Amino acid sequence: MSAERPLAGDLAREPRPRVVQLFPTCLVNELVPEVGRAAVELLERAGVAVELPAGLACCGQPAWNAGFVAEAKAVARGTIERLAATQGPIVVPSGSCGDMLVHQMLELFRDEPRLAATARVVASRVVELTQFLAAVAGTFHLAAVPGSFRPAVSRGADAGVDGNSPAPGETGTSPPPGRTRVAYHPSCHLVRGLGVGGEPVELLRRVAGVELVPLEKSEECCGFGGLFSVKQPELSGAMLDAKCRALEASGADVVASCDSGCLLHLAGGLARRGSSIRTCHVAELLAAALPSAPPPLSQAPASPPAAAPPP
Amino acid sequence: MSDSLFRARVRAALADETLHVALGRATAQLQARRATAFASLQDPAAVRARARAGKLAALRTLDLQLEEFERRLVANGITVHWARDAEEACATIVAIATSRGCRRAVKGKSMASEEIELNAALEAAGVEVVESDLGEYVVQLDRDRPSHIILPILHRTREQVGRIFERELGVDWTPDPAALARIARERLRERFLAADLGITGANFGVVETGTLCIVSNEGNVRMSSSLPRVHVALLGIDKLVPTQDDLDAALQVLARSATGQQSTVYVSLVNGPRRRADATPPEEGPDEVHVVLLDHGRTRTLAGETAEMLACIRCGACLNACPVFQQVGGHAYGSIYPGPMGSVLTPTMRGLADHAELPQASSLCGACKEACPVGIDLPRLLLALRRATVAEQPIAPTLRLALRAWAFVMARPRLLRLLRRVARVVAPHLARRGWLRRAPGLLSGWTAHRDLPLPAAQSFDEWWATRR
Repeated sequence: MSAERPLAGDLAREPRPRVVQLFPTCLVNELVPEVGRAAVELLERAGVAVELPAGLACCGQPAWNAGFVAEAKAVARGTIERLAATQGPIVVPSGSCGDMLVHQMLELFRDEPRLAATARVVASRVVELTQFLAAVAGTFHLAAVPGSFRPAVSRGADAGVDGNSPAPGETGTSPPPGRTRVAYHPSCHLVRGLGVGGEPVELLRRVAGVELVPLEKSEECCGFGGLFSVKQPELSGAMLDAKCRALEASGADVVASCDSGCLLHLAGGLARRGSSIRTCHVAELLAAALPSAPPPLSQAPASPPAAAPPP
Repeated sequence: MSDSLFRARVRAALADETLHVALGRATAQLQARRATAFASLQDPAAVRARARAGKLAALRTLDLQLEEFERRLVANGITVHWARDAEEACATIVAIATSRGCRRAVKGKSMASEEIELNAALEAAGVEVVESDLGEYVVQLDRDRPSHIILPILHRTREQVGRIFERELGVDWTPDPAALARIARERLRERFLAADLGITGANFGVVETGTLCIVSNEGNVRMSSSLPRVHVALLGIDKLVPTQDDLDAALQVLARSATGQQSTVYVSLVNGPRRRADATPPEEGPDEVHVVLLDHGRTRTLAGETAEMLACIRCGACLNACPVFQQVGGHAYGSIYPGPMGSVLTPTMRGLADHAELPQASSLCGACKEACPVGIDLPRLLLALRRATVAEQPIAPTLRLALRAWAFVMARPRLLRLLRRVARVVAPHLARRGWLRRAPGLLSGWTAHRDLPLPAAQSFDEWWATRR
């Protein structure tokens, strides 16, 4: 849990790290690159240089969670070795992959002392994106989300492969500019794995025009669970339905989360139901709210950044 | 249990609208009550830590603790029996009953007795058994199985219970819980007075004093353990706590976690049979108390990677918190122990071969771990069982192949880039408005319930490369 890892709290203290490594995760890299771009934009606005370590793909979690140790190791080994060869905090735009790097890797490599040591070093450097942003929150400005904002995961529902025609039954449902009702989905591994609770919400509260709407049973799993979603489709589908019903009842225009796996699962389920609710990564919403002409970094508030998240 | 059997039960449960109503009502209420009850503790985390420490201390030296417990029980005038498995336990209890001429047994709620199917064994030997816990009584009348370790009829609405009473007891239908309880109380009172054998489980065995602790809310355990002339308590060897202090901590978290009470209505401490039958007025209690210590796979759990599971105090909080349990209820698990705790306990006690599907029935969301009053890391244990399944059990060849192929590609970034380009050409032809509605192979499990997005036209790393 985060209590064992002082890093996120340390970020609030000077000197702040000037360079971070971004581990985009495989889902973001292949399916929703917009999330990675938003992360880069936010981090740079916060005054840190972003580096992308070469040759990264996946943390190995799908295989690890399914019990396939050899396959998980084959994928994870390269990832932690490449990350270990870099310097500075490793920022991950996912609670789930973050938890894999922070907690699960140590168990995966527990019988291989050299890799276990590497995993420990990497684990001590990993920070989830909103955890990092909340810790350095005083260093960047957030304005309002423009009315034209279209989150990435809903790109399919939004525009056909060939154009911009809205899907049937979805006309006239886009939120008026300047006001977006957002339901926040606290993903399981982010909250229960990494102990990141209030940070994403605090960041969203700073965005003008974002109205956070309460979501019933918000901390209940959406039913994604990695391979669980394909190996137990009935159970996963039933949990998804329950979450979609809660989202529909919340009156939200957008459901935001810090995990692209949950978001793809939710987006796919909402699309299947013909719902007009969009899914979006918290980073996309925040990046959309970055003022187009930011004050120069040298003029960014010099006061100490927001208080460190509770351990 | 085969894959198809498990999934067939899941599908049946998901299609049962009444079950959904019953589960929704009960689990939400139980979770809310539990939260309130824990708020009444000054330092909930400290009490939970004490409860956990007590259970783990007993497990660390379980062999010695059990021997000491036996010595204390014997010193208290209790006869101790050891049972390796269900068969031995049933034979032992049947022998106690028949050798003492017992014909009418009343039972307190006991999951261990469900585990060994004791009722069937006793009835086969000519001993009539009546369940005295209201929920278990309904289960027995309906020839059903309990679906929750604390609330056996969690899967029933009160309307359905009214129907069962109408059918089995010939009373007028009523959905009123108080009226139903009154009917059951009247019927059970006669049985208590006529019984010559009382059978209970035990929530805890206190090693240092040789005491059995049994909690209940209906008074039925107290009557079952004190009215009949013979009392038999059946408990798993995992039920020990070393000291009365440990018992105190365990009791504080048990009632709160199970039913959201600060304490159960009754906490029975059994220290042996009545000592002086000739006193005036005569001491109350049974003439004989027997304790049957049951293994039935528990040493197997203790020896494996999942030993921590034996710290479980059977509160059911992980069931109520589990989003899978909330969807399907207890019967879908096909085991007397459902939910997260059962998905660990059943395969480790009974063997993975027949229960390999249970550890898969979890999204690993961690709600169980959060709810567990003794801090059992259930997701970690489920993962250990999944690894054991892959290592030891037959795995669907398609799944194994898919994961090997996936790992092969993911470990080779250049191959990944090549495949990405192929996917970009092929996938749009199969898509409608940017979503795939049907995908082949493993991914068909995904598209059965949700659409699949197409790969991005420009991946993040490609964008990054253009930016430099």
